Amino acid sequence: MLLIPCPWCGGRNDSEFVAGGETFIERPAHDVSDAQWGQYLYFRRNTMGAQAERWFHAMGCRRWFNVLRDTVTHAITETSPMGAPLKAKQ
Amino acid sequence: MTQAFRLPHGGAIDRNVPLRFTFNGKALRGCQGDTVASALLANGIRTVARSFKYHRPRGIYAAGVEEPNALLRIGDGARVIPNMPATIVELRDGMQVHSLNCWPSVDFDLSRINDFISALLPVGFYYKTFMWPAWMTYETLIRRAAGIGRAPDAPDPDRYEKRFASCDVLVIGGGCAGLSAALAAGRTGTRVVLCEGDAALGGQFGWCGSVMRGDAGSGDAAYVWIADITAALRSLPNVQLLTRTTVVGYYDHNLVTLRERVSDHLAGPTARQPRERLWKLRARRVIVAAGAFERLLVFPGNDLPGVMLASAAQRYIGQFAVRPGKRTVVFTNNDSAYAAARTLNENGTEVTIIDARPDSDTAAAARVQGIRVKADSVITAVGGKQHVTDVRVGRMRDGRMLDADSEAIDCDTVLVSGGWDPAVHLYSQSGGRLVFDSLQHCFVPGEATQAVSAAGAANGVFNTDDCIADGAAAGVIAAAAAGFGDASGADRPARTPLAVAAITEVPTSGRHKAFVDLQNDVAAADLRLAAREGYAAAEHAKRYTATGMGIDQGKVGNIAALGVLGAATARSVPQVGTTTYRPPFVPVTIGTLAGREIGSLFEPVRETPIGDWHQSAGAVMEPVGLWRRPSHYLRGAERGADAIARECRAVRERAGVFDASTLGKIELVGPDALTLLNRVYTNAWNSLAIGQCRYGLMLRDNGMVFDDGVCARLGELHYLMSTTSGGVREVEHWLLEWLQCEWRELKVFVTPVTAQWATIAVAGPHARDVLTSFDSDIDFAAAAFPHLTVRCGKFAGVPARVLRVSFTGELSYEVNVPARYGRALWELLLERGKRYGIEPVGLDAIQVLRTEKGYIAVGHDTDGSTTPADLGMDWIVSRKKGDFIGRRGLACSDTARAGRKQLVGLLTADKQHVLREGAQIVAWDDRQKINRPPVQMLGHVTSSGASSTLGHSIALALVQNGRARIGERVAAVERGRVIEATVAEPRFFDLEGARLHA
Repeated sequence: MLLIPCPWCGGRNDSEFVAGGETFIERPAHDVSDAQWGQYLYFRRNTMGAQAERWFHAMGCRRWFNVLRDTVTHAITETSPMGAPLKAKQ
Repeated sequence: MTQAFRLPHGGAIDRNVPLRFTFNGKALRGCQGDTVASALLANGIRTVARSFKYHRPRGIYAAGVEEPNALLRIGDGARVIPNMPATIVELRDGMQVHSLNCWPSVDFDLSRINDFISALLPVGFYYKTFMWPAWMTYETLIRRAAGIGRAPDAPDPDRYEKRFASCDVLVIGGGCAGLSAALAAGRTGTRVVLCEGDAALGGQFGWCGSVMRGDAGSGDAAYVWIADITAALRSLPNVQLLTRTTVVGYYDHNLVTLRERVSDHLAGPTARQPRERLWKLRARRVIVAAGAFERLLVFPGNDLPGVMLASAAQRYIGQFAVRPGKRTVVFTNNDSAYAAARTLNENGTEVTIIDARPDSDTAAAARVQGIRVKADSVITAVGGKQHVTDVRVGRMRDGRMLDADSEAIDCDTVLVSGGWDPAVHLYSQSGGRLVFDSLQHCFVPGEATQAVSAAGAANGVFNTDDCIADGAAAGVIAAAAAGFGDASGADRPARTPLAVAAITEVPTSGRHKAFVDLQNDVAAADLRLAAREGYAAAEHAKRYTATGMGIDQGKVGNIAALGVLGAATARSVPQVGTTTYRPPFVPVTIGTLAGREIGSLFEPVRETPIGDWHQSAGAVMEPVGLWRRPSHYLRGAERGADAIARECRAVRERAGVFDASTLGKIELVGPDALTLLNRVYTNAWNSLAIGQCRYGLMLRDNGMVFDDGVCARLGELHYLMSTTSGGVREVEHWLLEWLQCEWRELKVFVTPVTAQWATIAVAGPHARDVLTSFDSDIDFAAAAFPHLTVRCGKFAGVPARVLRVSFTGELSYEVNVPARYGRALWELLLERGKRYGIEPVGLDAIQVLRTEKGYIAVGHDTDGSTTPADLGMDWIVSRKKGDFIGRRGLACSDTARAGRKQLVGLLTADKQHVLREGAQIVAWDDRQKINRPPVQMLGHVTSSGASSTLGHSIALALVQNGRARIGERVAAVERGRVIEATVAEPRFFDLEGARLHA
């Protein structure tokens, strides 16, 4: 069970959270091609290693925030409130 | 029988407290402090079990959790536990112990025939032999033949608890390394938890001093050291010592699960005591000081009762004062077994050491003490039918057999030592890497992934003094990492290595089996067969042969198996690599894992404020997510279908009352609430005046229907959104995600209020009459309160929000009152409505009524690939307003194409036949009743019911190009039966909607 450091509530068990997948996905304008819209909807990096993700503290402060989680070791090295970047380079 | 093998002095048992127990019905005695295994050995019982596949006689092989053979049934009645290693069960007065897997008795087992026909039962035989007609046919028989204990048939009478805890430094293992680590860390003031699986602290140090030092007389000194350090630890308030507590799993972010045996060693749990307790402990730092397991050696007959690990013999003498035999041969490839030999020698046992290595100083020193040592020697055969009677010794040098039968030695016990494997299981579970130490010939912890380190024997440090120093350094370093004390100068000591010769198997040409996995009856030849058949990878060989599976998880044989596998395929042990270590480290009962989450606590049930009433009124309840909702209310001897029909008639002809409290309710408040609605629903909301309601459809950004419901405007900046019962949580998270991540400039408060309001729907031609019989400041007149409006006020003396909306097509109101008034209002509505013939209506009737009207239920008539157009609901998608979620998705070529699966109605040829929801729709074929494959799949039935109003069955279905097929004949297939049906418009009743606006 992950211990997720919520930027508002501190470390809590992952059972309090909902995973939202990759973060920093830009929603394109509507004049893009079907293929580009499909990229936005379905294609994710699925990084092996440090991955920027979005988590929601459903059983706590009800805030979405950014998390940098290593998909191999599950180590969480950084979090940031939504709207703020993660310092580590993606 | 007297305890003939009990030594007169020594050990950590209390001879003054005798304990009675039975083994297979035979009355025996042991002492306080015994395990079942030590008590059986004290009584001279050698054959305690039969093996898994060949039913060979087996004896006690080890002295701890690594025991592969002595799996027994402990206890009786509902408290019985099958498959318990006798070596970890503390003896209790009156205990009943039974052998498993044998008939008629453990000494004479008819299934032993498997052993004599074993050529017919090669590894994987069940994959090859039992192919026709299906494996399942044979599985039950084979499972029974393999016999792995019987579960108790009565419910577990005991209680199991869970505890959640945290600490700075968790020390796993209470041996000399663990104790020193805990003390070193504890002295810094950091919060330390130390857990030890055994009842006593001290571990191996307690019973044999050291595997290396070999000064057997140091036993007493060791006990003094342990007593002193334990006292020092107990004096520290920040240190918690847990005995009888084993770590079973190591998970992410240093979450560790512990199994604490609370009362099994007592006469029985008291009323206030659980039997076992599962800890979920989060530690900042973890030190794995779990010790090491001695490895077996592979030679013919290495499974006969009387063959035992050398360290186990040391423990039986040192801790339990039990001599495993009278004439002993020790077979080793390293120095550690010499200590065991000396211990035996000092206790009056005749000992011969067979050392696979060339002559050495160690051998010479042993000879001085009067122990016979044969160097360059191996055991090539073990004599005896039920237990060891003699061994054949061969001479071997540089891996070549010079003389396979140079000498025969009469003996009753063979002690083996094939080297030591650090207990890396938990370290590996934590994600830590393992590296191969070629001098000590074992895997040791390498680079860590989590905040964990290993210390002592678990770290590949086998000398006692080194272990104490290694543990102390690990403790200081872990405490400093947790923010306590200073780790400068705390270095892990250099270690005195324990050289182990890379000899795993004695090469013989004999046809006798030499086992690598005693529990699963896997012989070295089986591994070679697996390698020849292509299963040479460690993970493949494990699954093909079952090596390393089962209760012991191959703790004494896995590395030997890798050696055999490597030798067969010209690879070294590290090249073969280990299989993955997974939890649990030791077997855990289901009861312990379940804890209190059983029965009604297994899954929380959500009840509406009216839930009790439904049950007392004879409702058949059904689970809907976590909710329990009434399906229908049975009256007298009524059948379910009749009850549903009666409830439908009540709504269509008079009035019905329906508990809709589960309906999702979310309040939206803020200057940008309207903008949010425009963006999350497909239709336009600007014209919605205060007091009005509107139905909306929500899409995902791919254009697929996600949720639906009515949204009411309560005030200038205040909206009440309703969602499907099952979707409210997801909708809330969805709204927050868009607000917090994408449209951060919008100012809206999103508050879920589902449970705060009881929602009661009153529907039917008399609905207004029923409501106007209550005191209210709301004007229910048709002109004052038209369809799709909302009124807030007092109703029956309590605050209420009344929405005039309909899911049944009838004149209908949803009355929302604070949850605490729900039950009272429900009963009042039934009482006042009596003169209008009101009836409570369940979910089944509502489904029929809304299907008659063609109203969709999201998740029922839609899946993740249904668009508004597919539902015939193009009218709700605004072409004029700007961006909304799903807009671009709807324009994608596949989403916008013609001929997609569309929602249509179905009318069966047999008007009374109710189609099964989920039935496949295929093209009708006149030539045959049943289509031959391949058939053209057209879609499936999504909603179905018997309409008592219309007098025939009705259904909705998603059918390919369905709208163009209206009037066409199709077939619905139900478990091989073909049902004729005609495609129709997806609405069946009151097409003009006159009733709705009454």
